Amino acid sequence: MIEFEPVIGLEIHTQLKTGTKMFCPCKTSASEAPANTSICPVCTGQPGTLPVPNMKAVRLGVAAGLALGCEIREVSIFARKNYFYPDLPKAYQISQFDKPLCEAGSVELDIKDAKGGTYTKTVRVHRAHLEEDAGKSLHALGSTQLDHTLVDFNRCGVPLLEIVSEPDMNSADEAYAYLIELKKLMQWIGVSNCDMEKGELRCDVNISLRPKGETRLGRKVEIKNLNSFKAVKDAIAHEIVRQTAALNLGETIAQDTRLWNEKEQKTVSMRSKELAHDYRYFPEPDLAPLRITAAFKEALKQEIGELPKARKNRFKTEYGLSSYDAGVVTAGKGLSAYFSACMAEVLTLKLNVPAKSVLNLVSSEFLARLNGLKKDSVTLDPGDKDLISPANLVIIAALTAAGKLSASAAKTVFAKAWETGRDAQALVNELGLSQVSDTGLIREWALEAIAANPKAAEDFRNGNEKALGPIVGVIMKKSKGTANPAAANSVIRELLK
Amino acid sequence: MEKATEIARQVKEKKISAAAVLERHLKTIKEKDGKIGAFLEIFENSAMAQARAVDEKAAKGLPLGRLAGVPVAIKDNMLYKGHKTTCGSKILEGYVAPYTATAVQNLIDEDAVIIGRTNMDEFAMGSSTENSAFKPTRNPANTDCVPGGSSGGSAAAVASGMCPIALGSDTGGSIRQPAAFCGTYGLKPTYGSVSRYGLVAFASSLDQIGVFANSMEDTALAFSVISSHDPKDSTSVEYPQGDDLSGAGGLKIGLPKEYAAGSGSMDAEVTRVFGETISRLEKLGAKFTEISLPHTRYAVPTYYIVASSEASSNLGRFDGIRYGLSVKGAALSDVYKKTRGQGFGPEVKRRIMLGTYSLSSGYYDAYYLKAQKIRTLIKRDFDEAFKNVDVILTPTTPSPAFKFGEKTSDPLAMYLSDIFTIPCNLAGLAGLSFPAGVSKDGRPIGAQFLAKPFNEAVMFSLGSELARAANL
Repeated sequence: MIEFEPVIGLEIHTQLKTGTKMFCPCKTSASEAPANTSICPVCTGQPGTLPVPNMKAVRLGVAAGLALGCEIREVSIFARKNYFYPDLPKAYQISQFDKPLCEAGSVELDIKDAKGGTYTKTVRVHRAHLEEDAGKSLHALGSTQLDHTLVDFNRCGVPLLEIVSEPDMNSADEAYAYLIELKKLMQWIGVSNCDMEKGELRCDVNISLRPKGETRLGRKVEIKNLNSFKAVKDAIAHEIVRQTAALNLGETIAQDTRLWNEKEQKTVSMRSKELAHDYRYFPEPDLAPLRITAAFKEALKQEIGELPKARKNRFKTEYGLSSYDAGVVTAGKGLSAYFSACMAEVLTLKLNVPAKSVLNLVSSEFLARLNGLKKDSVTLDPGDKDLISPANLVIIAALTAAGKLSASAAKTVFAKAWETGRDAQALVNELGLSQVSDTGLIREWALEAIAANPKAAEDFRNGNEKALGPIVGVIMKKSKGTANPAAANSVIRELLK
Repeated sequence: MEKATEIARQVKEKKISAAAVLERHLKTIKEKDGKIGAFLEIFENSAMAQARAVDEKAAKGLPLGRLAGVPVAIKDNMLYKGHKTTCGSKILEGYVAPYTATAVQNLIDEDAVIIGRTNMDEFAMGSSTENSAFKPTRNPANTDCVPGGSSGGSAAAVASGMCPIALGSDTGGSIRQPAAFCGTYGLKPTYGSVSRYGLVAFASSLDQIGVFANSMEDTALAFSVISSHDPKDSTSVEYPQGDDLSGAGGLKIGLPKEYAAGSGSMDAEVTRVFGETISRLEKLGAKFTEISLPHTRYAVPTYYIVASSEASSNLGRFDGIRYGLSVKGAALSDVYKKTRGQGFGPEVKRRIMLGTYSLSSGYYDAYYLKAQKIRTLIKRDFDEAFKNVDVILTPTTPSPAFKFGEKTSDPLAMYLSDIFTIPCNLAGLAGLSFPAGVSKDGRPIGAQFLAKPFNEAVMFSLGSELARAANL
């Protein structure tokens, strides 16, 4: 059997976060609206109408390009992509063809390998261009198949950025990581919400296999109808298995477009590429070339500020975090701002606490509660009064790090502080949760614990280290979690010697 | 023949009512249009309501617009909310405009009265109005002859006094050629000076709305009303200050040598009238210089590739799905084939096929791209020429109006009748056809000024001087 290497490229459509459509003043918030209520003569292709570009969309497109490290064309050209379909009212889509807004960027990914380590992968971005969405064709209402087709033009004309990668990915995991990274970037700079369920992000996969070591590309298959990140990953995994099996049987892969069938977890052929459309692209005569000045780009760069990768690197050097940890707190712009605010409080309050301790609290207790408030790491605001204040959080972290608060007591204090917004130190005092390191007191608890667990004590004496656990457990219970676990440990060892 | 400037003045001074002006013109239409066939529909009710509203405004002493009470006809490819727009095509039969074109709105805002929509070659494709899906329009000067096209209805309406002003659209001569055939003024403004919003697109990079009128003054007035920067049309611009040129004295007029030499088919009568026009302008003090526009010989083929390519895309929306003619079929592709097969006439189909072919993968470079390159060269020819001359003079057409059926069997001969008008659209210039004389058998003959973009004023000033000199 020959070993094959999958070669994967992704075409992603993200909906740009504008209030109005790409070429007319209709609202874009129409995915929830009743069918055909957010439409006008322009987006329904009435005779005589003309497109007027949405400059907010252009701005977001350039911002996305900059975040992807792309070159932004000084002059880019809108082009018509001609084809007939009932949900395409002008019989052409205004897109960009040979002169797209953004070209030649790249995204760097940290990917976990099979052995539990991580490696870095760079995926090049071929291009990113602006275009308008088509309408939605409904062939069924709920589960009832219709004998006709209904068309909803609400989506028609919604601004999209199509981001096309180079075929640089070689596994389902890499494709998945690319999607996650792209979503993070788009959300970070506020270009798109990338909510796949709302159709704000759509992904088509191009995949081919070739014998390992071969440099030429194999026959390419396109997979569509991927409705979640997981579907993308599953479909690729399936397609690798399917194509590998076929190639090993000596079959050739048909160059076709396949649909992912979620239910049956397999791809099915939709149409052969041999019947591919000739879209007859040509420059859109109704629109002037799009000119992006250096000053515009520069101003936008300033506005975008630090990108996740730069922030992650800064966190690594500034706070001595590991790459993984720095990745955790830069998963969203809001979360990274919160972490920054925490570290600023550490300085202000002159606390002696390692960044890692602050991070542990942020990535466990803090993040666990965020979802409950229907907030997320992208949009959260460090000054939000519903959240525990950064100062309060770092005080808990500092008390824990100094051994004045046990891990379990820290949890209790965090929960109270989150609920009430009250000062952590006051809560510690009030709840009597200060960690006890006084060996005299611990010794008393330990003697009681050994007396209550003769069996465990016996086992430990006989060399069973694990037997220590239940005895420590009793001490923690008796001390309401305030006993210093390390001190308790050594006292028991002393007593049972 | 009533003048728009005169009507507006009298309505403003309350010497006549807009309603009376409208009545008179409706009467003329009733008398003449049975024979001429200029109009596809008279907007009698809405026009009367508009006229009465103007009179009410006048009665209240409110300020009136520059076209107060002036009846204006619009070509059937401009949208006027609540009224039918068909582009002279079966495929849009019954289509009611959901909004109003900017140029039409500009007329309404100046208190003009929109009197009706005029006949045209289907989708503005043609040079005789014979391609209308509905009826022929006859040339008022000689009813055996065509009025020209594609804006034949507008030209015939103005020439026969049914309305003092009509709007047309000019993609390759569709205003200037019928103006010459019918003996009116016909202005193709600089590309971008009049909004195309609400003009059903034929060839987006060439289309421009313009004016028919019986006097230079009316033409200039109507142009100043319809010309505006429209945020709804990204290709429309704020009209810049043009060169300050007044009077023919000392003006340098260019005569392209290719326009005389390259047209062996030039009619003797056209040659005679053209020579007389030159003498008249010389008497007014203009200086003539021979200029060269070497790429002119490629203008017609270039035009038919560019215009047809854009048209093949622009006309895709007429698919039977949302509006207009819709013919049922077993499959979606049948709906498209049947609707478009039955809805479009032969000339429109010919151009859609030509354009589709030119844009097809594998042919794009050889046709569309090559044509765009030649278009740039043609524009450069004019840029060079305008370094030495203020305005260019050419005949508008190689011959006076031809007879019905004379060129319908030979599309190429029909295409070549636009040889003098097409380069102006390819280069985005301003063009004006003015009545220059008549043939021995009484058919009008026009001549054409071409000016740099946004230099309509120089053509208007020359046109006025010529008219004054002729009246003396």
